[in-house]
Amino acid sequence: MKVVIDGDICQGQGRCFSIAPSLFDFDDLGNGVVLGDGTLSAETLELARLAQANCPEHAIFIVESS
Amino acid sequence: MTDKHAVVDFATDWDHTDPEWVNDPYPIWEDLRLRCPVAHTDRYGGAWFPASHAGVSKVAKDTDTFTSRAVVIGNGRPTEEDLPAPIGLAPPITSDPPFHQIARKLILPAFAPRPINALEPQIRALCNALLDEVVGEEIVNASQSYARLIPPAVIRQMLGFPEADTEKFIEMVHVIVEAIDLPEEERIEQFVPVEEYFTRQIEEHQANPRDDLTTFLLNAEIGGEKLAVEHVFGTMVLILVAGIDTTWSAVGASLWHLAQNPEDLARLVHEPELMTVAIEEFLRFYAPVTMARLVKQDVEYLGCPMKEYDWILLGFPAANRDPVVFKDADKFIIDRAENRHVAFGLGIHRCIGSNLARLELRVAIEEFIQRYPKFELANRNDVTWSQGQIRGPRNLPLRILA
Repeated sequence: MKVVIDGDICQGQGRCFSIAPSLFDFDDLGNGVVLGDGTLSAETLELARLAQANCPEHAIFIVESS
Repeated sequence: MTDKHAVVDFATDWDHTDPEWVNDPYPIWEDLRLRCPVAHTDRYGGAWFPASHAGVSKVAKDTDTFTSRAVVIGNGRPTEEDLPAPIGLAPPITSDPPFHQIARKLILPAFAPRPINALEPQIRALCNALLDEVVGEEIVNASQSYARLIPPAVIRQMLGFPEADTEKFIEMVHVIVEAIDLPEEERIEQFVPVEEYFTRQIEEHQANPRDDLTTFLLNAEIGGEKLAVEHVFGTMVLILVAGIDTTWSAVGASLWHLAQNPEDLARLVHEPELMTVAIEEFLRFYAPVTMARLVKQDVEYLGCPMKEYDWILLGFPAANRDPVVFKDADKFIIDRAENRHVAFGLGIHRCIGSNLARLELRVAIEEFIQRYPKFELANRNDVTWSQGQIRGPRNLPLRILA
């Protein structure tokens, strides 16, 4: 599984990188970005789900790794 | 202001300046959510109020049907002259796409986490200096003597206005913030000294450019052209108005909560790692800001016959109490793990100062409870709340306990 942020939906609410700084960072505009390729382990999957559940814009998606 | 009769039914005649709404809007919103869920009023020239999260969310994201050219409900229906397009009076909050995105991208970097987080030590020092001012007092007006004074000092510094002007600046800001409910002519009159002060600052920055937001705006370009003076001025006014009574309200409301909930206060004192989630719950439960939109043209929307230039008031604080989205929505849960609150709005107009607001709120609460680990309301009846689209306590006498 991997976590992705849809850059068209993200508005820089700033919740993901506050909740899970090991998974997310921000760009120069303050929008969320995924660190690395977003691949999740069993532990980080829970953290990614928590970030997802706190995104007001519903911009975070957890998808099958391709 | 005319036609200020008391509200009998908020579903058909709501008024966000009615004393019942000002003092405790939450039961009203809950009732509206169950009954309507979109309330209407003929006041202000005609206005709608969606009380559900779904309604607020849909309108906030629909920039095709609604315009942001006016975001504060005035005394009547706006006219074309009230609504300069595309810049708007205070870009980017009053701008619509596509200009909005251009104006917003310009100032987003200044409010991104990195530059904002760098302000933390100064904000902490400021909070401590304010607490030193009231040291030893048995009763502290945490709104007037503390929360009120934090945001203007930070904004003054970001804009690069002289430190010696702090008092003057705070005074000016309050004139503006409090003038919002005045009739148009008085409001314009109140604004004259601010305009003069800002103009002087702009000229001074043109002569002596430095590393601050005013210089940045003066140097900024869109499509190879310097910004119009109205654009620079409008954005400065926006930063001033939007950055001050909002955070003042959030800090005040959070302290109001802690004064009445000693178990939450004790947890924050003893479990400082809770602060990050607690801040989000303060923001959800006491979200201070509602923003307006205007209907672009006659449309049937959310089951309502909306007319061109009807107001629509986006109750983000009401959306934050919608049980469809939040479990135990009417309960303050200090360690709420899942909290998709919309205190900073939704969609393209997400509060540009949200990183700064969060930082100020967190540091203000941390420093206050570190200095005063126990306090309570001195007198419930002395607490007063602001009226209008920004809600927070304006008098908050707290008794400091040993």
